[in-house]
Amino acid sequence: MTSRLEFWQGNIASAEGALAAGCRFFGGYPITPSTEIAEHMAVKLPKRGGVFIQMEDELASIASVIGASWTGARAMTATSGPGFSLMMENIGYAAMTETPCVIVNVQRGGPSTGQPTMAAQGDMMQCRFGSHGDYAIIALCPASVQEMYDLTAKAFNLADKYRVPVFLMADEVIGHMRERIIVPDDVEHTGRPAFVPGTPPFKPGADRIPGFPEFGKGYGTHVTGLTHDERGYPCATNPGLHAALVQRLVDKIESATQELADFDVINPDAEQVFIAYGAPVRTVQQVIHDHPDKTIGFLRIRTVWPFPTHALALFKNSRRFIVPELNLGQIAREIERHAKVPVTSIPKLGGELHTPAELFTEWEAGA
Amino acid sequence: MSFEDWFRQDRLPHIYCAGCGNGTIINCTLAAVSSMGWKKEDTVFVSGIGCSSRAPGYIVTDSLHTTHGRALAFATGVKMANPKLHVVVFTGDGDLAAIGGNHFIHACRRNIDLTVVCMNNQIYGMTGGQGSPTTPRGCVSTTTPYGCTEPAFDLSELAIAAGANYVSRWTSFHVKELEKAIKVGLETPGFSFIEALVQCPTNFGRRNKFRQVADQIEFLKSHSLLKAKRDRLLEQGEPIPEDMYVVGELMRRNRPAMGLPPKETQP
Repeated sequence: MTSRLEFWQGNIASAEGALAAGCRFFGGYPITPSTEIAEHMAVKLPKRGGVFIQMEDELASIASVIGASWTGARAMTATSGPGFSLMMENIGYAAMTETPCVIVNVQRGGPSTGQPTMAAQGDMMQCRFGSHGDYAIIALCPASVQEMYDLTAKAFNLADKYRVPVFLMADEVIGHMRERIIVPDDVEHTGRPAFVPGTPPFKPGADRIPGFPEFGKGYGTHVTGLTHDERGYPCATNPGLHAALVQRLVDKIESATQELADFDVINPDAEQVFIAYGAPVRTVQQVIHDHPDKTIGFLRIRTVWPFPTHALALFKNSRRFIVPELNLGQIAREIERHAKVPVTSIPKLGGELHTPAELFTEWEAGA
Repeated sequence: MSFEDWFRQDRLPHIYCAGCGNGTIINCTLAAVSSMGWKKEDTVFVSGIGCSSRAPGYIVTDSLHTTHGRALAFATGVKMANPKLHVVVFTGDGDLAAIGGNHFIHACRRNIDLTVVCMNNQIYGMTGGQGSPTTPRGCVSTTTPYGCTEPAFDLSELAIAAGANYVSRWTSFHVKELEKAIKVGLETPGFSFIEALVQCPTNFGRRNKFRQVADQIEFLKSHSLLKAKRDRLLEQGEPIPEDMYVVGELMRRNRPAMGLPPKETQP
């Protein structure tokens, strides 16, 4: 196999990225605008010795994915807003049981049924905090068809390494548009942390991550969503044990923020800096293309969770961050928590992207 | 191998109340499993939430204690991703028929190769005795303080209608029959459903005039109607007595199944 040029839809690229990463199980339920991922997996997975199953709803989809993951299979699902809401309880279960899994959310306008065929980024906070209790996850945001492929493949490696649900937070624009993509020869395929037989199955290593005791190998692991000790046994009324477990689940991700960070710094000397992820990246790129004098700064983020706080300091002359999002300022608020300069949110609802003129007008107003 | 070899001894004592019927059902299940000659590493127990669903935690194999109602969806993922594994699901009436009702009928429809043992105590035991979809009409629970006014689900009939290959119902009195039924379920390709009516003295019995554990077991026994007898009554055009639980092997068929182990590993 050699790298090749293709002209693909974003959702197809995501499915192909998953296949290249060795995904062997897809459990899903039809929902616009993510359905093409399920359809493509239904065609391709059986031919590659994998399993595609259409479940009865999204609660079952994510449940089947978690079950499959415990047999050692790389497993994923894909959905959009309403289905994503239904998955929340079991996402918390995956976080608590440290089950590697990949969840693609091709975001559409919400709340409720909202705008099934229009783009949005309204689930960015839900993917971070949507299940009950404290936990941490990893979320990646693609802004091109190429990144639908690359970041989906990467999501599997991160899910395995950190034993955590990893979200590909796409949107309808990126999921449905078609553009050129270079399909690499091969994608990196790293494994799950090794389990040492005879040791407690939930005893973390120095990196706070326990080895993965795959089912069917004779390890006899009990997995529960209840607060559990290192043996995996329920221990739900010990305050210290619960606090330490939840703290570890959060710390294993947040302490790796620098390592997980994936962003580009464009025009670092600029005074006004756009920060974007997902589809709005494309509009900012157009603004910079139209005004190539290096006065427009741009922090373009791929790993949104954990949020790369340290990236803000790389713009040493910054006096304002401008954050265009297809929501009412969800990540702008996160940036505000960390920024030492004012943050301007440019929300956009309705499903259309910001125009370059809208963004440039905002930039010009502060120039 | 004795059924005791399957117990996770360091988890004992268990959480079940004195007089609870669940231990009997776990006992019968493990006796059936151990008679299959399966290796422990090839066997996985899956459950949802509730008293019954704590069972996998007391078994030495790999086990997945999941979220309320979703055991069958998790088990579907385990079984489809690795069909060589024998997957046994423990569930209860609330877990299976209320919050998990949709997964139940779809798992039956798919006829996926799982064996499901449902401990039907007709009550939400773990949360303190609320009415469930199988609480009989007129019975008192904390959420039906004036007597349950809703009709109850017949879980076995539901499984048959939805397409399960094997369906049996017994009670915690019928231990020999139950163990045998579970074994047949384990041997049958496709979805096997074994419903076991059990006493819950703490949260059902004491609110429903069963002063002793034995009273409720006696009730289950005396209100069991053998399927053969039911069929005979039907044939003769005799009325079927009300408030009776039809017990026995209710369905055995060979619909196409999903998640079967690869041919070379089948006996």
